[in-house]
Amino acid sequence: MQAAEMDICAKMKAEVPLLSASGVTRRYGARIGCADVGFDLWPGEVLGIVGESGSGKSTLLSCLAGQQRPDAGRILYDGADVLAMPEAARRRLARSDWAYVHQNPRDGLRMGISAGGNVGERLMGVGARRYGTIRDSAIDWLGRVEIAAERIDDRPSGFSGGMQQRLQIARNLVTGPRLVFMDEPTGGLDVSVQARLLDLLRGLVRDLGLSAVIVTHDLAVVRLLADRLMVMKSGRVVETGLTDQVLDDPQHAYTQLLVSSVLQV
Amino acid sequence: MTVQDYNFAYLDEQTKRMIRRALLKALAVPGYQVPFASREMPMPYGWGTGGVQVTAACLTPDDRLKVIDQGADDTTNAVSIRRFFQRTAGVETTQSTTGATVIQTRHRIPEAPLSEGQILVYQVPIPEPLRFLEPRETETRRMHELEEYGLMHVKLYEDIARHGEIATAYAYPVKVEDRYVMDPSPIPKFDNPKLADNPAIQLFGAGREARIYALPPYSRVVSLDFEDHPFTPSRAEHACALCGATDSYLDEVITDDRGSRMFSCSDTDFCASRQAGRPDGEGGA
Amino acid sequence: MIHIENLSKSFVLHNQGGAVIPVMAGAHLTVAAGECVGLVGRSGAGKSTLMRMIHGNYLAASGSIRVAGVELAGAAPREILALRRATLGHVSQFLRVVPRVPTLEVVAEPLLRLGVPTDRARDRAAALLARLNVPRRLWTLSPTTFSGGEQQRVNIARGFVHDYPVMLLDEPTASLDAANREVVLALIGEAKARGAAILGIFHDEAARARVCDRLVDAAAFVPEQAA
Repeated sequence: MQAAEMDICAKMKAEVPLLSASGVTRRYGARIGCADVGFDLWPGEVLGIVGESGSGKSTLLSCLAGQQRPDAGRILYDGADVLAMPEAARRRLARSDWAYVHQNPRDGLRMGISAGGNVGERLMGVGARRYGTIRDSAIDWLGRVEIAAERIDDRPSGFSGGMQQRLQIARNLVTGPRLVFMDEPTGGLDVSVQARLLDLLRGLVRDLGLSAVIVTHDLAVVRLLADRLMVMKSGRVVETGLTDQVLDDPQHAYTQLLVSSVLQV
Repeated sequence: MTVQDYNFAYLDEQTKRMIRRALLKALAVPGYQVPFASREMPMPYGWGTGGVQVTAACLTPDDRLKVIDQGADDTTNAVSIRRFFQRTAGVETTQSTTGATVIQTRHRIPEAPLSEGQILVYQVPIPEPLRFLEPRETETRRMHELEEYGLMHVKLYEDIARHGEIATAYAYPVKVEDRYVMDPSPIPKFDNPKLADNPAIQLFGAGREARIYALPPYSRVVSLDFEDHPFTPSRAEHACALCGATDSYLDEVITDDRGSRMFSCSDTDFCASRQAGRPDGEGGA
Repeated sequence: MIHIENLSKSFVLHNQGGAVIPVMAGAHLTVAAGECVGLVGRSGAGKSTLMRMIHGNYLAASGSIRVAGVELAGAAPREILALRRATLGHVSQFLRVVPRVPTLEVVAEPLLRLGVPTDRARDRAAALLARLNVPRRLWTLSPTTFSGGEQQRVNIARGFVHDYPVMLLDEPTASLDAANREVVLALIGEAKARGAAILGIFHDEAARARVCDRLVDAAAFVPEQAA
């Protein structure tokens, strides 16, 4: 426990943000995907990016995660310039230190491969060559995302949507990444399943000290998951701040509109 | 004998030159799939059009050609390809492994050891070892480029998870010179050890997919496996019913309608040589 | 521990013609370690607004808010998060939790965030829940389905599970029965005794008299034009 507490102290004192973006711009012809976006993400922090469809939040996420190249801007990961890296290095980062959770689990899973194989792929990708060890990790991670160990050899095509999403998360986190990108991770799930997933994500973020960037249009999700919020409109960031501050005391006209448009339960 | 209406070995010289350039590149980058402008051949895809084009590009009038299909010299595919080159190139043919300078093969490596100066040409249906795991060609190319081969082990993992062992029995993937993962064509995994450190030149041609790849002599070729599930070349636990060999790859032959069966060498030249009491692979012409 | 100088706050309603509603001006307030200050004033005087600003939940328009030496006005979110994690406790009137999470976990969470081992955090959470008379059979259930009084006690347990040096209490005794009210007042007394600086809103005058060292009238901070 001493180690854990010291770990947290060390992280707080860390002077370098884990992810640092500045001036990130991506255009689609004359249309703006995202423009001049900048932020620092510190170790252990969860950043929520909200905005309505077409606000550029997904474009921004894919630029940050190296899936598309921004037209301008700089992205530093742990001090290293991500855009200047050779593709091989960037992809190595993407399958070891980073994780990407897709909205649709089918985009993030191999549907024709067993749950165990899905979880083990990243391990094998970074050089694991002992079947027994890979299988043990897979069982451990299935347990952590509340999937019964006896489902390990079943294909995800037979899983429910919530299970598929949890499997996708296990598959992503098995290599112990430090940074997780999530694109609407709870979208398309039943409300009760969403709650379970949120709880799981929160626990994992807390216990593993993960940093995360979560894109969603669901303000309730970010209130529960994100430490900080970035509000986007028409490709630009209109407001940033502590999640509860932005939601409870929004400063920008658009944020005020967004917050007041949410149905109260 | 030779049909004079065709150029030597059927293909025109420009085409052969193009194929030779691809072959040289393939030899220079062992295990790397070189695209080439595969031609229509007077036989259907799947009948060895890739191998035939490579053989045509390699043949000289002095060569002695052997063609085998599943180890046998006398099956339809082998006979027709042999006859094709007899007619279009007029080269000498043989059934002897050791006596041949060029051997075109489908799905086997001969039992008799090959030697320097020999060329073994494989017919390849699907050259991409990652194909069944990742259907996108753009993505598999990038995976080769960046040496992202984790997926290959996922396939082996799935085998063990489902069957308790690596059930892949043929087209067993290998890593060449610690760099490219390669499909050795559908040879039985029994033959995989013969790929490595082989004195002969090994050329692989895929006609439909328009890819050529190669193993230069004495290449390092390692069959993929797990530390706790190591690669094992396997064969039927029998002796050849004809020649008594216990170290050759066997075919199982059903002999009647009551389920009687026998095991015999798949390499007919090897088996015949042993039956005739000659040294392995020095069978009759 | 809490030091507020010349603090003002106004809301700008962009979607209602840019109406500017000043709600606070010239607020001054100090809470020392070991002291409990009661915030009083009529409804709408801005007591909750002030509490929220100290918690970093509302932005200050001008002035200074220092909590345990950290200036909140203009602070980076990261600094406020660190402050909330270790230093600044808050018991609000509302319980906001992820549905489905068991009560015991909800209460233990602030400790887990600090890296306290799970079993120790749960022991501490269990002790507080027991003390606040939350029936043990409820501990494994999510508090979202609880009654108002039960939710309030879960909230209090969560706020007191870590020994925060600075605490903000918004109506901690509202909707509690006499026995539980006593428990909460005792908890506040203990926090004071260990040196916590406490700022609270208590409508319950008897409770206020029991724990507060002095009272500050928030009405004094209401801007002229809004008064």
